[in-house]
Amino acid sequence: MSFKTKDVVLSQTRPTTLLLQKHADYLASYGLNKDDFEYCMTEYLRMSGIYWSLTAMELMDQSSRMPKDDIIEFISLCQDSESGGISASNGHDPHMLYTLSAVQVLAMYDRSDAINIDGVVKFVVSLQQDDGSFFGDKWGEVDTRFSFCAVMTLSLLHRLDAINVNRAVDFVLSCMNFDGGFGSKPGSESHAGLIYCCVGTLSICKRMDALKVDELAWWLCERQLPSGGLNGRPEKLPDLCYSWWVMASLSMLNRIHWVDQEKLEQYILACQDSETGGFSDRPGDITDPFHTLFGLAGLSLLGNSSIKQVNPTYCMPQETIDRLRLEPQILLI
Amino acid sequence: MSDCGDSDAGWIFYKDRPDWNDIKPVPEDDGITPVVVIAHSEKFEDVYDYFRAILQKDEKSQRALELTKDAVELNSANYTVWQYRRELLKELGTDLRSELDYVESVIKISPKNYQVWHHRRVLVEWLQDPSQELDLTAEALLHDPKNYHAWQHRQWAIKSFRLYDKEIEFVDSLLSDDVRNNSAWNQRYFVHNNHTGWSDMNVQREICYTLEKIKFVKNNESAWNYLRGILLHDKRGINGNGVVTAFCEELYKNRCRSPFLLAFIIDVCEEAIKKNETNGFHNVERAKELCTALATKYDKIREKYWMYLRDRFEMYVCVNGENSQ
Ligand SMILES: [Zn+2]
Repeated sequence: MSFKTKDVVLSQTRPTTLLLQKHADYLASYGLNKDDFEYCMTEYLRMSGIYWSLTAMELMDQSSRMPKDDIIEFISLCQDSESGGISASNGHDPHMLYTLSAVQVLAMYDRSDAINIDGVVKFVVSLQQDDGSFFGDKWGEVDTRFSFCAVMTLSLLHRLDAINVNRAVDFVLSCMNFDGGFGSKPGSESHAGLIYCCVGTLSICKRMDALKVDELAWWLCERQLPSGGLNGRPEKLPDLCYSWWVMASLSMLNRIHWVDQEKLEQYILACQDSETGGFSDRPGDITDPFHTLFGLAGLSLLGNSSIKQVNPTYCMPQETIDRLRLEPQILLI
Repeated sequence: MSDCGDSDAGWIFYKDRPDWNDIKPVPEDDGITPVVVIAHSEKFEDVYDYFRAILQKDEKSQRALELTKDAVELNSANYTVWQYRRELLKELGTDLRSELDYVESVIKISPKNYQVWHHRRVLVEWLQDPSQELDLTAEALLHDPKNYHAWQHRQWAIKSFRLYDKEIEFVDSLLSDDVRNNSAWNQRYFVHNNHTGWSDMNVQREICYTLEKIKFVKNNESAWNYLRGILLHDKRGINGNGVVTAFCEELYKNRCRSPFLLAFIIDVCEEAIKKNETNGFHNVERAKELCTALATKYDKIREKYWMYLRDRFEMYVCVNGENSQ
């Protein structure tokens, strides 16, 4: 019988301890180096870049190294006065993804007053469709990612009542597959990232009861490979960001202990670059702020005590979620 | 611009082009005080400085359309460039057929990019012509059979324009290339669920098909999941189909210990217990034994999960015990 598995092998010389200070230094310089080719290339997603870096810095308790005033001013500049939505960077078009990132950053800074909140609410409301789904922007792409962005954005502003929550939930449930997982649209293949979005939506809307919990949790556990890392779909390679999405989903389902946490921790630590700092998708690859956040957040879920507690639904520090008095649902076993 | 080395040699900066000298370039201004300013890529900066300028002016011209091509080539994930390009296409009344060819060429270079596929979809909607979409996505799936964007686009086209007729054949060919292709199994379900329907005959036919594939490769998560999915539509449930249970026991007898087989038999046991249909093969003791085997031998990495399940079966015993008293 063939047992071939797509996976990686962790090398003997991999990092096995958390290189916290390296990561903080990496992020502190990354965001601001305008001489960096990367900086220019990433203009179209700068707002999310700020969210990844700031959240990671918050989790390491070093966010004072980020240029707070500049960031807040930048966000104000990126709000479109007409639609109310927020764009990735000044002069770009507003989009759900970057509206969420901006609102998350302002929530961490406790500075939601820096934008026109009614404008953001208007923008999100305008993107909800009759079937409960959400567009990402005016061009009309539907995806369960955007459902999650919508409810997360509004809940952070305490304005979830502005949309039709029942319909939003119904749409997400219509994307549930025969294996208990979720995809981007009805009928699309189950995918760990989209499962995270859908479970997260149900967590915020407090409708986790609608899940096929055991089936889904088992599908998620099946994502763990012998290396300890998790993949996003069957027969795909492990990836640190998928590891986060699977772990966060399992945490909301209160079943993270079903995976081998020790091996998972080894995998995450192996994704660190001991020279440059930061985490990559797989051991030995180039690091970036996106995987760095998910590496740190993952270790936090596994209980690493030198990182602040992360909230699995929001991927933000638990202290921020507590300050906002938000209580996303976590299933009781 | 296929060979970047050669084409870059002949590249003329926008700032050096006479037909652009009426435009004042707009550098990126994001409000964050730069620490050091050094040119990262002169070409990139040049193109985007001019792109920002026309965006600010809201210029709708042929040269702007050409400029968006250069901007896309430098970064095809920039959603604002694509949005502006669509506005230009509308405003200028550009031939959308040639735009289809253009976006196809970009898809070939960046097949995993949300923006390009979305652009393609908008064009097909504008033209109301899906005739090339199956070939286009088949081509993309040939290079990467699990490309999520390509599958989404394909499902959208099939659903919107009712192109189901030859889809099962397509899925078959992918599964004979790689029987573990989860995307293809999902597509199989999509076709039956939206088109063929779940008549008894169809359900039985799908079961036979799947068992054949499992016989070929036993340790195949996708096929086992699909089998469960199909059995959702079998009135007799997961434990009531004799063909399926006999197949599993035969595999087991022949010493197959694939975790997916054992997990499936556990599910059969569970349903038998719930429906009060336990027998010599499917009962609490067997389920517990299989959980232990998985936890300690065949699927150790998920030991905690299997032990949890085992405990749950332990509880069935208690509950049943109370009931019978
Ligand atoms: Zn990744």
